[in-house]
Amino acid sequence: MTSQQRLTGTTVIGTARLIAAKDLRVELRSRVLLNQVLPFALIVMVMFAFALDSDAVLERVAPGLVWLAALFSTLIMVSRSFAVETADGALDQLRSAGVPAMGIFIGKMMALMAQLVVLVTLLIIAAIVLYRAELSWSGSVLLVTTGLTATCGLAAVGTLYGGLAAGAKGRETLLPLLLLPVVAPVLIGATRATESAFGTRGVSTSQGWPWLGLLAVFAVLFSVSGAVALGPLLDD
Amino acid sequence: MSKDQATSTPFTKGLGFFVLLGMLLLIILGIFVSPADVNQGESVRIMYAHVPGAWLAYLAFIVTAVSSAAYLWKRTRSLTWDRIAGASAEVGVLFMGISLVTGSLWGRLTWGTYWTWDARLTTTAFLFVTYIGYLAVRGLGGTHQQRARRSAVLALLAVLEIPLVHFSVEFWNTLHQKASVAGRGTNVEMNGLMLFTLFLGVVVFTLMYVWLVLHRQRSLMLEDMLDDSGLDNALNERRAEATRVGN
Amino acid sequence: MSTVAHGHNPASIEPVVDLCDAVAVLGSFPALAGVTMTVQRGEIVLLSGPNGAGKTTLLRLCAGLVALERGQGRVLGVDLTSDRELVRHRVGMIGHSNGLYGDLTVTENVRFWGRTVGASESEIDLAVSRMGLDGRLAHLPVSRLSAGQRRRTALAGLVARRAELWLLDEPHAGLDAAGRDELDDVLKMAATAGATVIVASHELERAGKLATRQVEVIAGQVREIAGS
Repeated sequence: MTSQQRLTGTTVIGTARLIAAKDLRVELRSRVLLNQVLPFALIVMVMFAFALDSDAVLERVAPGLVWLAALFSTLIMVSRSFAVETADGALDQLRSAGVPAMGIFIGKMMALMAQLVVLVTLLIIAAIVLYRAELSWSGSVLLVTTGLTATCGLAAVGTLYGGLAAGAKGRETLLPLLLLPVVAPVLIGATRATESAFGTRGVSTSQGWPWLGLLAVFAVLFSVSGAVALGPLLDD
Repeated sequence: MSKDQATSTPFTKGLGFFVLLGMLLLIILGIFVSPADVNQGESVRIMYAHVPGAWLAYLAFIVTAVSSAAYLWKRTRSLTWDRIAGASAEVGVLFMGISLVTGSLWGRLTWGTYWTWDARLTTTAFLFVTYIGYLAVRGLGGTHQQRARRSAVLALLAVLEIPLVHFSVEFWNTLHQKASVAGRGTNVEMNGLMLFTLFLGVVVFTLMYVWLVLHRQRSLMLEDMLDDSGLDNALNERRAEATRVGN
Repeated sequence: MSTVAHGHNPASIEPVVDLCDAVAVLGSFPALAGVTMTVQRGEIVLLSGPNGAGKTTLLRLCAGLVALERGQGRVLGVDLTSDRELVRHRVGMIGHSNGLYGDLTVTENVRFWGRTVGASESEIDLAVSRMGLDGRLAHLPVSRLSAGQRRRTALAGLVARRAELWLLDEPHAGLDAAGRDELDDVLKMAATAGATVIVASHELERAGKLATRQVEVIAGQVREIAGS
């Protein structure tokens, strides 16, 4: 171990595991994802149906709606993830205890990703039920990979910008302003890949894989950036 | 005003003079002297404002990114870089706005649409929104170092984000086989005078950018200095207060 | 067994806190205008003084959370000018908030903080019982505890984290009389076990019994109060 690690008594990985477990345990107890975010996402899906008012259109745009609903839910979840930390000054305590910021980032990102996976799974089921999207076997491989990669990217960017906005004045409005432009590539890529998976508009599954490449690049870039950048952002 | 307090120097005064002169020349050439386009007619004149504006938007973005990196790198850390980054972002937002509005008008006049989803235009729009977010974060408060660090990280993240957005939109457009509207400029048959005017526009706008950033950077420095010199005064006051209360 | 594990200056006479003409700023305001102060291991120091005097900033300076603008400072042997990040994990600061996760139980909270330094399960149980929180209380979510119990949970976290220097900002605030007594017992016990405690408080009478020494903070500077 380096002297810094010896001093803090815990490694980045250890911290990440500790914090991810803590975040998931908090969610298990408070059930915010279950009781609030998932219903919100479902209501959004229903609202889309009201607004668009045409089965044909809905089926066509189902992939886009899934990921739009996912994006809006991500905003709420990120906000919640950091509200838990700032409610009783825990984030400050973490920093003042010298806990490595990289570990905080990875831990919170992992927990957020796990919750996003649950969310996106539900949304896809909703799309199949509400919008009559259809899933083939070959498409589901693409879909699962897309879901995992896209949520990884969303979790990374969300944790990073959530940390930046945490505790800042006007953060409820600052977070969407910062986050939405950045996740545009995820929206584009995930939607196109999901289209291929569903076979919407006759797009074949094979056409979806290039988009997966985009999503993977995004996920990697922002995971690395976030791990490096969160420390300076949180510092005094 | 004493020399310390003014933000202009002989250099900027000279620069400003040339900018004014150049602007005048640009207006004369652009609006009156240079010929109309064969295809687009008079509306092509918007190009003389739009193209330089777009170029400046990207230049400002690059300057902000480089200055942010310079601030974050320990060996060159200095709040001057932070202020240049901030000044460049402010001026950049202005030019991005000009670029977007003129581009929109140009599109309307030439093709009948205010907007199109081509990669360059969409990316500029995203850059615009990103920079508004950047300026919002700069206004969050805290010490100068905190502000500098936060915005520097944000600016470098934008360097990642913008090419990703550009690439995604471009890739997305190939699906729809949209007519390349980036060819907007290349559809124009440029004769010598038009080319020169365009070039002049780029040069004048660039000089104007430099002038604006120099001034804005200095006024930011004065604001920061005000905060800091306040420290010495405040320190003395506080010490005096202690003596008073203690007795 | 001492709750303070790996100190870097075990039996030396180097003070735990050593500040010389320290200046610290909040934004552009000089919260500390030149503080000279020394605190030895095992002391319980009371920081008194009016609101806005700089007590909180002084605590945060010792925690390595605030930069030293001018002057010199060493905490637990660490130079505050160059290495203040390194002192953080050895210092515990509890301010107006407790740093707890309301949905998690007492034990879970203490275990979380203890694990940041790799504390064992027995150390965690010890910390919880030392703070009088064992039994039924230990398994209640922290949000359902009284203010005093929450405060003690936060302190149990400090014990579990093996913090050598405890910096407490108005720890008695919001506690009833019984809560305050319990808190004092706990702090005295921590000092006996080897921690050094600095408490910022308005509770002059009570804290006077608790503390070994009193330092008054006025307008960003400090003054020893004799006879404490």
